[in-house]
Amino acid sequence: METGVAPFLAYLLAAALFIIGIRRLRTPETARSGNTIAAFGMTVALIATLFVIEFESLLLIGAAVVLGSVVGILTAQRVQMTAMPQMVAAYNGVGGGAAALIALSEFYHLSEEGSLGVVAGTTIPLTVLVGSVSFMGSVVAFSKLQELAFTGSVTFPLQQVVNAVLFLGILVLAANAFLEGEILPFLSPVASVIAVLFASLVLGVLLVIPIGGADMPIVISLLNAFTGLAAAASGFVLENYILIIAGTIVGASGTILTRLMSGALGRPLGKIIFAGIAASGGSKQEELGERPVNDVSASAVGEYLSDEANKVIIVPGYGLAVAQAQSVMKDLVEALEKGGTEVLFGIHPVAGRMPGHMNVLMTEVGISYEKLLDLEDVNPEFEDADAAIIVGANDVVNPAANDPEKDTPISGMPVLEVGNAERVIFIKRSLSPGFAGVDNPLFYDTDKTMMLFSDAKQGLEEVVEAVKNG
Amino acid sequence: MQETLIQFAIFIMAGFLGFELISRVPNLLHTPLMSATNAIHGIILVGGMITIAADGPAWVKAVGFLAVFFGALNVVGGFWVTNRMLSMFRPPKARVKRRKG
Repeated sequence: METGVAPFLAYLLAAALFIIGIRRLRTPETARSGNTIAAFGMTVALIATLFVIEFESLLLIGAAVVLGSVVGILTAQRVQMTAMPQMVAAYNGVGGGAAALIALSEFYHLSEEGSLGVVAGTTIPLTVLVGSVSFMGSVVAFSKLQELAFTGSVTFPLQQVVNAVLFLGILVLAANAFLEGEILPFLSPVASVIAVLFASLVLGVLLVIPIGGADMPIVISLLNAFTGLAAAASGFVLENYILIIAGTIVGASGTILTRLMSGALGRPLGKIIFAGIAASGGSKQEELGERPVNDVSASAVGEYLSDEANKVIIVPGYGLAVAQAQSVMKDLVEALEKGGTEVLFGIHPVAGRMPGHMNVLMTEVGISYEKLLDLEDVNPEFEDADAAIIVGANDVVNPAANDPEKDTPISGMPVLEVGNAERVIFIKRSLSPGFAGVDNPLFYDTDKTMMLFSDAKQGLEEVVEAVKNG
Repeated sequence: MQETLIQFAIFIMAGFLGFELISRVPNLLHTPLMSATNAIHGIILVGGMITIAADGPAWVKAVGFLAVFFGALNVVGGFWVTNRMLSMFRPPKARVKRRKG
């Protein structure tokens, strides 16, 4: 399609605005304006597109855009910050679905005109595949995170074989569409592309169901990259530069973010995608369960914090969000700071259900982002800290991950070195070893560690009371 | 063919640009970053508008309509929710002012 000079320049402007917008996401001070600039770039691109197309379809476009915008605003305005991962997954999924549908519809147009070349002929099935996988993968991720269905790791025999056969089938269907029905004469090219779409939807489900909740940050990040690439691919089909540029930037950035994430988990990406996490340690638990722990009361914790501690580092985990204890956490920070204690937070890159999720949850209740430190920045701070308080987390502080003699699902994952603090305080419901199923040797260090067995919210409330009274 | 090659060159350059842009964003902002890039791939809405405007039978129009609906949801929901998140990352001074006001 001919774009024309003015819309082309508008697309270039939009691309520049996207780049400036993303650049401004590097610091908290400029991030919000960065998002606004990117949204403005989007508006420019959409208005430019109105001058590329036939005006008669404006009504149809308007209706669909209004409908989508209303649903978008309502959901975006209402969603809880704890539910952010599934919300992003949902928006990502519909983007992927849109890419797949556009490719299908373009295939129809091009084959009607008889102008399906090599580029469109190969790119369209690819877009349909990636977009559909992203759509259904996001639906499954959403339902896992929202705990509607497929929670935990869902596996069945020969899963990899079924996936491989399905993928092969998609390749055959795609080839059939490209060769105008020479392989499967009973299927017309358009019907073949529709079949690719449905088979890819099934593949999307099968690829994501075996992946457990704690690996969801990686899946969401990866699907985000997929949708970006699907958008870029449809840019090749439509010969539209802004789709290629914006889609590719998102695809590339999503890919690098995904690699950062799997690095933070200490596991190669392939292992996460193709194996899920094998919960182990079941047999070891019995022998370790009998070991004594230093079981303390909330008032003992409060007393120590108010009398002995000058510097405290808090490590929040997803259990904190599950218990809805974020605002009590803010109370604890205020109570401690009132007593002259320095409070910092150590945030593991994969804390929460999405990269950086815990930072959002902490800033939501008014804890300054300047107190939220990354793994590398906070680890040296533990040396002179009087206490490390771990709330609703285990895997990210488990020294077993860096013990070369142990082979655990979390081996190789960089962890927060809470053991270097004077005292380690766990607030957690039970000794259960957490998602990865690896026991934490710190639990049994009775000289150093205090275990406060409680729900995160109730435990924190009691500690806050004790600190105030101490 | 020339056109396709130019597109391919742009694709490669944009890929490198994406890598560079993201590498310097701190963990602190990874969720808003993901949410914002998520909204940016809503650019697919442009494709939806182009494809729905082309002639075709009812089912192709319906497919286009669904694509535009999805695209608009992606764009509007994505930017809106990112803005909501980032409005919480106010610099400490601004927060105090706001409370007093």
